[in-house]
Amino acid sequence: MSDYNSLRHLADSWGLLAMTLLFLGLVLWALRPQAKTLHDDAARMIFRPENPGSNHDD
Amino acid sequence: MPATLAKSGGLLVAMVIALMAMAQAQDSGFAIHMAIMALAALIAAGVVIATGSTGEAPARDESRYDDAPVRWGVIATTFWGVVGLLAGLFIALQLAWPVLNFGFEYTTFGRLRPLHTSAVIFAFGGNALICTSFFVVQRTCRARLAFPSLARFVFWGYQLFIVLAATGYVMGITEGREYAEPEWYVDLWLTIVWVAYLIVFGGTIIKRREPHIYVANWFYLAFIITVAMLHLVNNLSLPVSWVGSKSYSAFAGVQDALTQWWYGHNAVGFFLTAGFLAMMYYFVPKQAERPVYSYRLSIIHFWSLIFLYIWAGPHHLHYTALPDWAQSLGMVFSVMLWMPSWGGMINGLMTLNGAWEKIRTDPIIRMMVLALAFYGMSTFEGPMMSIKSVNSLSHYTDWTIGHVHSGALGWNGMITFACMYYLAPRLWHRQRLYSLRLINAHFWLATAGIVFYTASMWVAGLTQGLMWREYGADGYLVNSFAETIAAIHPMYLLRAFGGLLYLSGALIFAFNIAMTIAGRLRQEAAMTETPYYPAADRPLPMPGSLQPAE
Repeated sequence: MSDYNSLRHLADSWGLLAMTLLFLGLVLWALRPQAKTLHDDAARMIFRPENPGSNHDD
Repeated sequence: MPATLAKSGGLLVAMVIALMAMAQAQDSGFAIHMAIMALAALIAAGVVIATGSTGEAPARDESRYDDAPVRWGVIATTFWGVVGLLAGLFIALQLAWPVLNFGFEYTTFGRLRPLHTSAVIFAFGGNALICTSFFVVQRTCRARLAFPSLARFVFWGYQLFIVLAATGYVMGITEGREYAEPEWYVDLWLTIVWVAYLIVFGGTIIKRREPHIYVANWFYLAFIITVAMLHLVNNLSLPVSWVGSKSYSAFAGVQDALTQWWYGHNAVGFFLTAGFLAMMYYFVPKQAERPVYSYRLSIIHFWSLIFLYIWAGPHHLHYTALPDWAQSLGMVFSVMLWMPSWGGMINGLMTLNGAWEKIRTDPIIRMMVLALAFYGMSTFEGPMMSIKSVNSLSHYTDWTIGHVHSGALGWNGMITFACMYYLAPRLWHRQRLYSLRLINAHFWLATAGIVFYTASMWVAGLTQGLMWREYGADGYLVNSFAETIAAIHPMYLLRAFGGLLYLSGALIFAFNIAMTIAGRLRQEAAMTETPYYPAADRPLPMPGSLQPAE
C-alpha cells in the first residue's frame, strides 16, 4: 500500500477515533463537578492584589 | 565584561558574514537584504558594547515585572498599525484609480498588497500579540519575564523580520504564498526569533508562582507553538543559490496548494484568533473588573478551537484539483467551528453580565464589545462561506475581502486598540489616558469605516459572483471580466472611503497614545455626569394632606 493510502486509512479509522476520544476526554475533564471551585478560583486569580510595589519596572 | 566581549564579537562576525554574502549576492535584492542584516548586527554590537561598558545590564529585580519590551511593543504596534492601514488605503485607491500604480514596478498593486497584509497582520497584530503576551504571562504567572536579554532579542529580531519582509515585497522578492510571502532566508530568521519567543514565554510559565496556568496563557501558547509548526512546514523550500533570494517549494501541484492553505487558514485560526482570544480572556475581565463569565466554557472553547480549526484549510480550495473528500472535510470542520467561536463570543460578552452600563460609561469596554460582536459576525459568515454551494458564488469575489476585513478590522483591530488603551497609562504610570473622549471619536470613525467597507464588499462580491456565472440562451457567458470590474467601481470608492474613516480613527488612536506617553492630560468633560432631578427627589405628599399654597 502506498504512503497516501496507509495514511488515509489511519486518518479515517484509528486516528479519527483517537482524536475524538481525546477531545471528548478533555471536554469531560473540564466538566467534572470537582473542577468548579478550581475554575472559580482560576477565574478570580487575575484580580488578586499584586505584591506590594511589584508592578513597575525602572 | 567577557560576556559583553563574546556577544559583541559574535555580532561583528555575523556582520562580516552578511557583508560577504552581500558581495557574493546573485541578485540586487539579496545584496540589499544582506546589507540591512549587516547594519542590524553592527547596531546591535554597538548597543551591547555601550550598555556593557557602562555596566547597565538589564536590572534583574525579581520583585518587579519586566515591562520595557512591553512598552516598546505598544509603540511598535501603534506605528505599524498606522503604516499598515495607510498602505491598505493606498491600494484600495489603486483599485479604484489604477493610475495610482504610477507605472513604476515598486509601486504596483501586486507589490504593495503583501506589504499591506503583512504590515497589518504580522507587524501590527504580531507586535500586539508579543507585547500583550509578555505583559499577561508575567501578571498571570506572577513571575518576572524569563531570559530578559532573549526577550529584547525577540522584540528587535521581529522588527528586523518586518523590515526584511516589507522591503523584499517592494523589490519583488516573494514566494507568492499568501501571508507567507517572505523568502527562505527571512523565514529562517523568523524561525530563530520565534524559537526565542517560545523560550521566553515558556520559561516564564515554568518559573511561575501561581499553581494554575491562566487560560489566556493556553491560548498564547497554542498560538506560538502552532504558528511555529505552520511556518516550518509551509516554508519547506530549496533556494536556487545560497546567496540568492529565489527558492522553490518542496511540494508541487495540489499538495503545494493544500499545504499553503492549511497554513493560510491556520494563520487565521491560531495567529488572528487564538492569540487575540488570549488578549480577550485577560483584558476584557480586567477592564470590566469582573471574572470571565464561565471559566469552564473558556476551557471547552480552547480545546474545541484546537481540535477543529486545524482541519478547516481545504475550504480555500473548493472546486479545484483537491480531492472532493478533502473539500468536504474542510467544509464540515469549518461549519463545526461556528459553535466554539460563538461559545467564546458569548463568554466574552457575558463577562459584562450585571455591568452592562459599562458599555455606556467606559469607551474601552465599548470597543471590546464591538470587537466581540465582530468576532461573532465574522465567525458566522466564515462557516457559511465555506459551504460549497455558497462558496461557488462567493469564491474569488470581493465578498471574501469583505469577510476578511470584518474579522481583521472589527475583531483584531478593535480588540488590539482596546488593549493598547488599557496598557498605555499602566505601562507609563499615568493617571489615565490623555483623553477618553478621543476613544469615543476613534470608536465611531472605526465602526462607520467597517460598515462602509464590509457593506460595499458584500454588494461588490455578490455583483461579481452573479455576473461571472450568468449564461445567455446560446450557452456563452454574458459578461466579460472588464464589465464586472466597471460594475463594481462605485463599491471600490465606498470601500476606500471606509478605509479612510478607519485610518482616521487609528490616527486619533496614535495621537492619544503618544500624548499619554508624553504625560499629557486633556481637559475634558467626564464621560458620564451624575443625573440629578431635585423635583423628583422628594417623597410623595400624604393622601389628604394639605398642599402648600400656590
